[in-house]
Amino acid sequence: MTMSTANPTPSPSTPPPADTLQVRVNGKAVEVPRTMPDPVSGKPVPTTMIQACFTAGVMVPHYCYHPKLPVAGNCRMCLVEFGTPALGPDRKPILNPDGAPRITKSPRPAIACATPVSPGMEIYTDTPAVKQMRESVLEFLLINHPLDCPICDKAGECKLQEYSEDHGEAQSRFVEPKVHKPKRVDLGPRIVLDDERCILCTRCIRFTRDIVGDDALGLVNRGSYSTLTAYPGRPFDNNYTLNTVDICPVGALTSKDFRFQMRVWFLKETPSLCTSCATGCNIVIGSREDRIYRYEPRENEAVNACWMCDYGRLNYAWIGRADRLTEIRGPQAAGQAPAPGWTPILREISGKLRQAAAGSVAIIASARQTNEELYLLAKLAKKLGALTDSVPRMGEGDRLLLNADRNPNSAGARLTGIAATPMGANLPKIAEGIRAGTIKTLLVVGEEVTRLGLGADLLARLETLIVSDILPNETTRRAHYLLPGCAHAEKRGTFTNARGRVQKFMKAVEPRGDARPEWEFLHELALQVAGPDGCQSLEGLFNQMARDLPAFAGLTWAGLGNQGATLRSEP
Amino acid sequence: MPQEYRQILQHIDQPGYTPALECYLRHGGYAVLRQALALPPRTLPGGQVLSGPEQLRQEVMVSGLRGRGGAGFSCGLKWSFVDRKSGKPIYLICNADESEPGTFKDKQIIYKDPHQMLEGMIIASYANDVHLAFIYIRGEFVEGARILNRALQEARAKGFLGRNILGSGYDLEIHVHRGAGAYICGEETGLIESLEGKRAYPRIKPPYFPAVLGLYQCPTIVNNVETLCAVKHIVARGGAEYARLGTPNNTGTRIVSISGHVRRPGYYEIEVGKVTLGELIHDPAFGGGLREGRQLKAIIPGGSSAKVFKAGETFKLKRRGPDGKESVQEVALLDLPYDFDSLIAAGSMSGSGAIIVLDDSTDIVAALANIADFYAHESCGQCTPCREGSLWMAKALRRLTHGEGRPEDADYLAHIADNIPGGRTICAFGEACAWPVQSFVAKFRDEFIARGAADAKRRAASGRETAAPSGPPHPATAAALAQTPAE
Repeated sequence: MTMSTANPTPSPSTPPPADTLQVRVNGKAVEVPRTMPDPVSGKPVPTTMIQACFTAGVMVPHYCYHPKLPVAGNCRMCLVEFGTPALGPDRKPILNPDGAPRITKSPRPAIACATPVSPGMEIYTDTPAVKQMRESVLEFLLINHPLDCPICDKAGECKLQEYSEDHGEAQSRFVEPKVHKPKRVDLGPRIVLDDERCILCTRCIRFTRDIVGDDALGLVNRGSYSTLTAYPGRPFDNNYTLNTVDICPVGALTSKDFRFQMRVWFLKETPSLCTSCATGCNIVIGSREDRIYRYEPRENEAVNACWMCDYGRLNYAWIGRADRLTEIRGPQAAGQAPAPGWTPILREISGKLRQAAAGSVAIIASARQTNEELYLLAKLAKKLGALTDSVPRMGEGDRLLLNADRNPNSAGARLTGIAATPMGANLPKIAEGIRAGTIKTLLVVGEEVTRLGLGADLLARLETLIVSDILPNETTRRAHYLLPGCAHAEKRGTFTNARGRVQKFMKAVEPRGDARPEWEFLHELALQVAGPDGCQSLEGLFNQMARDLPAFAGLTWAGLGNQGATLRSEP
Repeated sequence: MPQEYRQILQHIDQPGYTPALECYLRHGGYAVLRQALALPPRTLPGGQVLSGPEQLRQEVMVSGLRGRGGAGFSCGLKWSFVDRKSGKPIYLICNADESEPGTFKDKQIIYKDPHQMLEGMIIASYANDVHLAFIYIRGEFVEGARILNRALQEARAKGFLGRNILGSGYDLEIHVHRGAGAYICGEETGLIESLEGKRAYPRIKPPYFPAVLGLYQCPTIVNNVETLCAVKHIVARGGAEYARLGTPNNTGTRIVSISGHVRRPGYYEIEVGKVTLGELIHDPAFGGGLREGRQLKAIIPGGSSAKVFKAGETFKLKRRGPDGKESVQEVALLDLPYDFDSLIAAGSMSGSGAIIVLDDSTDIVAALANIADFYAHESCGQCTPCREGSLWMAKALRRLTHGEGRPEDADYLAHIADNIPGGRTICAFGEACAWPVQSFVAKFRDEFIARGAADAKRRAASGRETAAPSGPPHPATAAALAQTPAE
């Protein structure tokens, strides 16, 4: 081995900057910051071994450690060996004959999750001693575990299973009776706990106490009989409880919603967004054969870290409702054949729109539609001189993730010019226009307008009512043209969240029946009414919007990546 | 003839001596405190000025005092680690959670001479710029807590405590806090958590070294009752003078609790290292020997967590001869001087100073089962190896003592115990629960194997092949089963 390969550290003349330090992980030199932000307070705290290992691309198995939670150091799975440069009496490193600092190996192991790194430290994660320690910790964790993987919902994404593959024994030498603890514990309205599966890592306790601020969970009893429980007499019920299911490394905490519904390895995972408020939490949709089984948060530092609220997470069942609108419908004369299909109906609608007098068309489009759809509608509105608006949807927000604005794309509705200022201000004007007879055609996308002051009597005055929606309601029943649309899970697109972050989502399941993504048929309408725009795809449409609208300037579909991009100015 | 050297125990058990302040004052009490508070600043030859408290800390450093709680760590060094520049208050905690099986020395001080401990505490607090101190006393010492509270009241009334102590301008308040009955509360960081009102889960070190991030994340000193009493005597005598007691690096006196199969179980104060284990067991001034017709079988030399010694063991120790030259000598078990270093060199420890003597009537497997049960019951359950390992060992030993043993159980136990200590756990409880099992099984291996073999033979004769778990479920298990809803 030559000197250069044995000692690839930079020469002493170029020391690393003061705010970083160099350590070695399994011999590989890696530069890490001296401090990293504390996951809860954000204050700088010394960088730990596990962070250095991850920087070096070395996986250290762990259960209790979670990058977003305070360190507990209780599982002992991340024990590693380490050494530090030996110092002479002058407090300077003693050098080996080859010029490299002499390393004193610590006689005791250290937990990588809590031990700060120091300059020149060497971390060893693959020595026989480290492997033996992992094996023994895993054996200890497994002796009292029920080993009920065949009926456990976590099977397939369980850390106990995964590390058993890597560090476990095929056979147990444990011949004693196992510790028995409560099973099927009804912790709260959304969570069931199996205490026998629990490995007491306290991730759920720390998340609930330190992130949510609800000191609801804790341990009772001692030693191996330690038992996770909720505060006596109080259900575990805040808006973030289901995150504990995600961070539970084993199958102790399970979601009542997902429990026993589907084996996780059958699920197709699609990156998407939560549409239940303006925060725009990044999610993964778990689906199989066009049925959605669960939402899980997807990590995005700029938006939701790795959490999401229960309200948003469970708001998906409507996508699979049996009464979804699945048929395209035009005005039906007596004795005529039903539903002639998209092409003739769109041609009919565009014909009517082209003939409409300027100002005689109004558009009400939901702030739950995508940026691209709202942009197309804005183009139509401009061509037709139409009065437009969206519908505000307000609730109660919290300090964590839930925004008081329950529309996923209010910012998009404002930036595309569809929404009035304030949102909803044009709705009375539209109602007045219909009453006065100046507005003869109304295009409604995704809203129930009979509840918004545009009652059945007003809608009856319209010459043409074109409605696109997902679920049936009073408005869709009164539509002359009914265009079945898609839930976000059935199409692609982008939303702009409350903080001006433009994020895209992918298609998880197929639309039902005749339903088509709104952007597709709105694009066709726009082509037929306003003329060709040169776009062929959703990507092209987004890029054109970014060129057209100053607010989106500089963005491209490709540039959004899977984490989105922030607008230059706040919406 | 080895003799007791009663310094801390000087007045304890003397006829007429009571825990009352008036009695303590009659015996010269609080004179040392007065002397400590009056210590003027001293200018060193180099021009550096040492304040009174700094001089006191130096005396303790010079005295070589080692902690009497169990670890035997230098008290002066511990005090020197305290972060005095943080701007945060410094707390002192007196660890009165004496719970190591076999240990009953602190109890004597608390119950019989509480003011001696308070005087030591006040001096230690003054030396470390502490203005708020706590006594964490184990929950079972109900009367002890009452005695301490009464003593605090008396001290406050006489101006030994509170604002402007004895006119010195120094303020100190001391509170008594009772534990709720858990061994782990004696672990200093577990104690701190408990004092903060949480479960006594020991903290991870780093970063939570008490000297920097202790009670309420402030620098904190945790000292044992006996250690704090020793501080008083160090200040009274001067550190160098105190260091003349005992032997080099094992200075001063310490109280030894002798229990088990001796004629005179009890507590004895000795100069550290001046008395051997054999003298402590056999000398009429101490244990007074074994019962009639009994032979020594084993000694647990430092509380139940210390590694056991087998009768007849010899050790190769480095010793300094009269000519000052160091040589390796063979030392018999009973000739081991009772001090910190000799017992460590012999592979065990003097721990909390509790000597448990076992004679040949002892069922060694049952003795270990008893110890293992204790540690399984007291494991806090925070970290994996200790939580699972302590109960696993206890269950295996229960099997072995209830007719369901196997010949391979000796190895089985050793294997479990080997996976717990050595820095794999958050606190030293991992060592505490593993060391007895490791040492008992290693030194009495034949007895463990014979026990398992006899059980296996009996099972084979009755046609049963494998050992079945036996015994009633643990109360917590029974409670858990009762809580589980029926299908």
